[in-house]
Amino acid sequence: MPIIELKNLVKRYGSFKVLHGINLKMVENEFTVFVGPSGCGKSTTLRMIAGLETVTAGDITINGNSIINLEPKSRDLAMVFQDYALYPHMNVAKNMSFALRLQRAPKAEIKQKVEAVAETLGLTDFLHRKPGELSGGQRQRVAIGRALIRDSGTFLFDEPLSNLDAKLRGKMRAELALMHQRVNKNMIYVTHDQIEAMTLADRIVVMHGGHIQQHGSPQELFNEPCNKFVAGFLGSPPMNFLDGDVISKNGVVCVEGDGFIVAVSDEKGKALNEQKSKQITIGVRPSDLTYSEEKQALSNFALRVVVSEYIGTQSVLLTKCFTQDVSVELKSDQILPKNKILNFTALADKVHLFDRVTEIAI
Amino acid sequence: MDVVKKINKFTPYMLLAPAGIILLLALLYPIGYMVYASFLDWSPSQHIGQAEFIGLRNYINLWNDAAFFESFGVTLKFAFFVVVLEMIIGVGLALLLDREIRGMSVLRVIFILPMMIAPIVVGLMWRYMYHPTVGVFNRTLKEWGFESIPWLSDSGWAFYGVIIADVWQWTPFIFILALAAMQGLPRSALEAAELDGAGEWQKIVHIKLPLMLPVLIITLLLRLIDAFKVLEVVLIMTNGGPGLSTEILALRIFRTAQEFQELGYSAAMSNILLILLMLLTIAMFVYNKIQENRASKMCAMIEKG
Repeated sequence: MPIIELKNLVKRYGSFKVLHGINLKMVENEFTVFVGPSGCGKSTTLRMIAGLETVTAGDITINGNSIINLEPKSRDLAMVFQDYALYPHMNVAKNMSFALRLQRAPKAEIKQKVEAVAETLGLTDFLHRKPGELSGGQRQRVAIGRALIRDSGTFLFDEPLSNLDAKLRGKMRAELALMHQRVNKNMIYVTHDQIEAMTLADRIVVMHGGHIQQHGSPQELFNEPCNKFVAGFLGSPPMNFLDGDVISKNGVVCVEGDGFIVAVSDEKGKALNEQKSKQITIGVRPSDLTYSEEKQALSNFALRVVVSEYIGTQSVLLTKCFTQDVSVELKSDQILPKNKILNFTALADKVHLFDRVTEIAI
Repeated sequence: MDVVKKINKFTPYMLLAPAGIILLLALLYPIGYMVYASFLDWSPSQHIGQAEFIGLRNYINLWNDAAFFESFGVTLKFAFFVVVLEMIIGVGLALLLDREIRGMSVLRVIFILPMMIAPIVVGLMWRYMYHPTVGVFNRTLKEWGFESIPWLSDSGWAFYGVIIADVWQWTPFIFILALAAMQGLPRSALEAAELDGAGEWQKIVHIKLPLMLPVLIITLLLRLIDAFKVLEVVLIMTNGGPGLSTEILALRIFRTAQEFQELGYSAAMSNILLILLMLLTIAMFVYNKIQENRASKMCAMIEKG
């Protein structure tokens, strides 16, 4: 399987710079997910790999060879588009076999391949339908089938699930994960949905403002975000951020702000002492906050519950910590009174620290 | 209560009625007049009441009129040639010019200019350009050392001369419609085709043209209907000559009424042309209806899941 590498990749539209020099190496058979808010340059990156956008500067290599001057068809890629991009005038079989027919593959081979792919995707009964006669989920499958049949080394997905309803999206997500296990190819996937990224990816690439913020396994990014943006982008409900200052209490390094105080781990305490700026933003995930009947001297959040959102086993409490919003995720059977100030606590190693100015993790 | 309901129900129709009646009269009166006239032996000096009713004799005469059939043939040949040429050139130009190039919008305006010139002016322009001695074509040919061509005075050349003028004027019509259709094509489908390995030519043949087909068919029928009615340009350029070589049907109808003073006979010819055009129009509506039905069927199927 090919190894794709992006080297200092830059894209500019007129004077507007969309990508500011991206460097990334995608390992064999890896499911790489580019994730970020809209306009972060993730789709542009994918389209540049596909050859649908020109490269302003930098290089894209496959197995060490530059591909930026190759036609899309010579890059050994298959792509699934956000709007499926099926050929409206061709039926499902013709749509899937278009590439093979252009290559003038033998008829028997085409037929056999179409049937095999249709079988795996559950499209056998629809081979003679036109795209207009299919539901959204079926069209999506045809688009995937059209990519699968080509047997390319790399699959590109441009937000393939964003046009589906929530239920179908969950189902297709599972099918994609299954497909990756089965076909064992490079997959490069673009999405703005962090849940898709977390569930599908071997490696997540978080992009923002035309830069790669961080890349790594979902666990790495979730547990050790390198900056405030990545921390806030991954995880649902999102991480809470509270501003505070570094103080020393009974010889322990703490961060204190309006309505909270947390002791930090020794390691982070050392880092904090070396840090010039003492203005800190702490980050705590809603699931890392727990209710405590007694006020803990070195880890306490005084929160006033405003709303409780019941979502089944878990409930999300929207609370106020002095004036700042904090959400807490709890088991639903733990019922807490509203509009009273309650004490919550968090483990020291679950507290993330960020420089308030640079937003970089400490 | 019932009466009120009834009045309520009819009010919209009553309000629409005056406009409807005027429209019907304006449409039906001239057509009815023409149909009625086609059963008369009527010369311009007579009041229509004085004309003699001769039943179907005008139509029977038409059936035996070799000149009518010749001009009918010229019309068919003319319509066929111009529409085929205009479709090929118009769609071809649209395929070539459907891209982002600086100054393209200016170029597009220039391309559609001929369509905006009055047909009479187009006829005069081309007549001067075709002029045997001072016309630009023959002068140029002479300068390059070729024989001059009897553009409008030879019965073979005259037909092509008229076709060239019409193609010049009406290709832009197809060009702009084809261009609009092309710009409405799904971009991602074309990109998918690129990744699937289609070259420019394969994209045109397998994706662009099939997707543009509905628009192209309507365009073709519109042009065909128009080509059957062409009059001014030919009238000015050749007046049907030499011989009957460029005498298209509309021109023959005009001359029958104007020169031969046989109003009833020319009305009968007009009716034949009208029926022909009606068939084409009906074909267009049927095609549209089929497309709509197919689209609504698809929608229904999607909703069912």
